[in-house]
Amino acid sequence: MSLGDSSTPLGRVRGLGSAREGGEHWLSERVTSVALLLLGTWLIASLLMLPALDQRTLSEWLGSPWGAVPMALLVIVGFKHALDGLKVVVDDYVHEPGNNFALNTLLLFLAVGGGALALYALAKISFGGHA
Amino acid sequence: MTVSILHRVTGGALAVAGLAALTWWLLAIAEGGDAYQRFATAARHPIGIIVLVGLTWSFFQHLLSGVRHLVMDSGAGFELNTNKKFAILTIVGSLLLTAVLWGWLLGVRP
Repeated sequence: MSLGDSSTPLGRVRGLGSAREGGEHWLSERVTSVALLLLGTWLIASLLMLPALDQRTLSEWLGSPWGAVPMALLVIVGFKHALDGLKVVVDDYVHEPGNNFALNTLLLFLAVGGGALALYALAKISFGGHA
Repeated sequence: MTVSILHRVTGGALAVAGLAALTWWLLAIAEGGDAYQRFATAARHPIGIIVLVGLTWSFFQHLLSGVRHLVMDSGAGFELNTNKKFAILTIVGSLLLTAVLWGWLLGVRP
């Protein structure tokens, strides 16, 4: 990537911090936050507009594309944003490289595992055979 | 400063308790029967309601202070009075939105 006069401020930051990394993480945290602004508003609006909040109504809603697709996105983007945010907290307070790496790796496993579990639930609601 | 700390605290609460509750909710809906009943009982318990109201407030506070951070990322809103007003507005807004949502959930609908 060129550092000439033509590069934009964003272009200079991407992948080129003092540690040669971090720009992508910073950007990911913000892009996912904007996505969650939309998906979170969708979730609140959906809960307000559903006729009831019992298991039958909820599984019919989440079994339809109108519920399943935004909810799958909310799960994926939500866990990614949580991971991005918790990494900032860990990096702020845990400075010893070994502990920092261990804790960030643990959080990565928990986020991927939790996200997979939530997506499994959504798949079961859509394809489980009994709506 | 207070709002900045609130942003981190509410973010931590949402990441841990919020996502755990969301995942449990989805699993309970998928499983149905007794599994859903266990979730519903916990959610209707006074402690469950306190946790859910807390998570709702955390969501709105984090959302509003997050928008504030995005505005500040753009280089705007650093003038002291503007900055302070915006910070107070996030707190007033999050409390108001939480009250409206739970008023609706508990009062208006069955």
